[in-house]
Amino acid sequence: MKLIFERSKEGRNLSILPSCDVPVYTPEMPLREKKLHLPQMSENELSRHYTELAKQTHGVNDGFYPLGSCTMKYNPKVNESAAALPGFAKVHPLQPEETVQGCLEVLKTAEEELCEITGMDGMTFQPAAGAHGEYTGLLLIKAYFEKRGETNRKKIIVPDSAHGTNPASAVMAGFTIVNIPSAPDGCVDLEKLREAVGEDTAGLMLTNPNTLGLFDKNILEITEIVHEAGGLCYYDGANLNAVMGQVRPGDMGFDVIHLNLHKTFSTPHGGGGPGSGPVGCKEILKEFLPGIRIVEKDGVLSTEKAENSIGSVKEFYGNFLVVVKALTYILVLGKEGIPEASLNAVLNANYMMKKLEDLYDMPYPGICMHEFVMSLEKMKHEKGVSAMDIAKSLLDYGIHPPTMYFPLIVHEALMIEPTETESKETLDEAIAVFREIYERAVKDPQDVQNSPKKTPIGRPDEVQAARKPVLRYEF
Amino acid sequence: MGSYVTSTKKEQEAMLHEIGLSGFEDFFVQIPENVRAGELKLPEGLSEMEALEKMQSMAEKNKVFHSIFRGAGAYNHYIPAIVKSVTSKEEFVTAYTPYQAEISQGVLQSIFEYQTMICELTGMDVSNASVYDGAEAAAEATAMCRDRKRNKVLVSACANPETIQVIKTYCFGNNMEFLPIPEKDGKTDMEKLEALLDAGTACFYAEAPNFYGIIEDYTALGEKVHEAGAKYILGCNPISLGLLRTPAEYGADVAVGEGQPLGMELSFGGPYLGFMAATKEMMRKLPGRIVGETTDHEGRRAFVLTLQAREQHIRREKASSNICSNQALCAMTAAVYLSAMGESGLRQAAQLCISKSHYLQAELEKIGFALKYDGPFFHEFVTKTPVEAEKIEKALMKKGILSGLPLGEKEMLWCTTEKNTKVQMDELIEALKEVCGA
Repeated sequence: MKLIFERSKEGRNLSILPSCDVPVYTPEMPLREKKLHLPQMSENELSRHYTELAKQTHGVNDGFYPLGSCTMKYNPKVNESAAALPGFAKVHPLQPEETVQGCLEVLKTAEEELCEITGMDGMTFQPAAGAHGEYTGLLLIKAYFEKRGETNRKKIIVPDSAHGTNPASAVMAGFTIVNIPSAPDGCVDLEKLREAVGEDTAGLMLTNPNTLGLFDKNILEITEIVHEAGGLCYYDGANLNAVMGQVRPGDMGFDVIHLNLHKTFSTPHGGGGPGSGPVGCKEILKEFLPGIRIVEKDGVLSTEKAENSIGSVKEFYGNFLVVVKALTYILVLGKEGIPEASLNAVLNANYMMKKLEDLYDMPYPGICMHEFVMSLEKMKHEKGVSAMDIAKSLLDYGIHPPTMYFPLIVHEALMIEPTETESKETLDEAIAVFREIYERAVKDPQDVQNSPKKTPIGRPDEVQAARKPVLRYEF
Repeated sequence: MGSYVTSTKKEQEAMLHEIGLSGFEDFFVQIPENVRAGELKLPEGLSEMEALEKMQSMAEKNKVFHSIFRGAGAYNHYIPAIVKSVTSKEEFVTAYTPYQAEISQGVLQSIFEYQTMICELTGMDVSNASVYDGAEAAAEATAMCRDRKRNKVLVSACANPETIQVIKTYCFGNNMEFLPIPEKDGKTDMEKLEALLDAGTACFYAEAPNFYGIIEDYTALGEKVHEAGAKYILGCNPISLGLLRTPAEYGADVAVGEGQPLGMELSFGGPYLGFMAATKEMMRKLPGRIVGETTDHEGRRAFVLTLQAREQHIRREKASSNICSNQALCAMTAAVYLSAMGESGLRQAAQLCISKSHYLQAELEKIGFALKYDGPFFHEFVTKTPVEAEKIEKALMKKGILSGLPLGEKEMLWCTTEKNTKVQMDELIEALKEVCGA
């Protein structure tokens, strides 16, 4: 497809701005010398260009999107209506507090409701994404130990099933990593954890249910082991959709958590953001929270800094409009809708797993949470068809592939998360497709290896892209 | 109660039956009984109509100003109609990060085009696909410049305070030493900078224009920084780059900035856009997603996420950054904005901003608001105020005008954009005369 620059024609433009109604000022400062190449086109051409790009983009609205650990649930349209209200969209972040009472009320209400859902005592909305939340939560842990003079606590324990962001965030926050292997049942190996903790332990980062889709039954022992060693427990909220309304991270013994509003709380992902990764914490960490705290006095809301705040991890109040969308969602669901969503997320995952387990290998059979992992290792070995091939074949059926090759502890992994907003028919159709691809892979492996065939492009040459990087259009 | 669950109760029971379970409770036997959540202390769910009404009632408690003379990091620019039309297309809105290139060419190509536009705007060689916002971009840039012997981050005190704070917090995180370089006459104190630059300095961060709106001597600053062997990071206002010298022309190694002026609403501070571009030498140190052009097996042009050996999902604890989700839809917003404006439109916007700011400054001067610093300025400037700045703010608020930002007791940071008409500015002056009793 043509690039926007290749559609550009000298002299074409839109008429957006008026002429100057004050004397034109001649700048007395250095001006740009290099010519600025931007597209020159009519509005019609511009609009059609992006319509064509949209046709080559698969979103949740285009079909089933069972991308594991990403919780690609339907994005309710009322969320967008709320975020578009001028009273939110057209407010300057540095307006006097008396003129932004509604914005502060949004943040305060979202904090209260999400604290209730997670069992936390305070929350910041500054972090813009899950990884940003992890980083922020780890800084709270760091500040906590610095204040206590326990500066020897520099190690963060991470299970080998963790998201790649966990160790990366911990290193950015100045910690070193202790990786611990999972037990054969896929859960945390308690013995290995006991061996790993000590006077140098700052904390443990854990996703529960974990990335295998398993709820760790020893969760209370796990958090107790870390606490007894003097460390803190961090909850990665990427998989909260399985358990919201069923069990609260705060009650499981976690001290600090992040949420992904763009996963669990239905805000759209925008092709890679903006998301929102609020961080919640227990009382002991509240004094370190970044950004502002909202206080109410005589019905008037105002802001203040936390006493020993780590500062700021982002400008102003975070991705505010994303919080508006998430709050709208919480208002709609309410106290009954939240657990109903998680129940159905778990139901849908178990249903798919059950209907596929006779064909596909499930390394951790039994009951799963909101997602499950299957392994194509045997298929790869016997027929040469890999998890990648199965994933690419799904594209020809209009289904977004599951997360591939993750978690790292399962070979040839496909991780499937259907979410609660998909119908039984959609699941049945997807199940039929998975089964059909399996049969095809057995009968004619090469056919599956050559997929996809119906997409705008075939498999791209990623090696070439990395070896000879072309990262911009040259004029 | 509202709900987005699709299956009916009957279907749910049928599915449970197929799984071989008698009830939902069987799913959660792994959760220790003593920590099972009881009923959440939340209100009952609402219908869509009620929920929107509730949000509307909150939105109405905010004051929407139509006459805005405040910037300080968030700018009230005109947004062409096409911007929202494109960025509300559901394919773009509801897609995840484009991991599956074959069905994500649209969003990948849009990022490639965005990267090209950011390179053009800044004059730099390579751009990433975006980070969270301008302040975080600056903080990530300082981390890019670190090496074994260089651990000090010097930051101009004339930078935006939000940005300074975020850099400082990131330095707390990665144990880099944070050193502010004081302000002198509204600019970075060059002597203090020289005194602090040494073989342990990783980088120096300054902004063009700076927080006070002033264009400093960025070539001279860059030369000092490079003499010490450190990297030079410039934060820049993207609208100004339609007219003013680029960070590349000033010798920057990394250019960053807040992309909000490029088509994003004020939105009480977010979502905004952090843009980030660097010289070729620093390409592999850039954090975040980068899209590259390649071909498929039939030789067709294709776009993919590339240079992923830098990233967390491959490198885990050895990654250059932990960033995963970024601000993709905001990057697309910027690309559509820049395409709609074109070179001539962006230059016009910059020219309108600077013409209006100089008109307003001259008018303010006439009624006793003296300019605080004498450096050349773009679309913001600081004046002294004849009466308390907060008194002015309050009085103007009643007239539906958002004044400049009070900086000190009797100081204000003013901003104009193309949206401030002459009529608006003359009304402002009349209102100020009233407040100041002139």
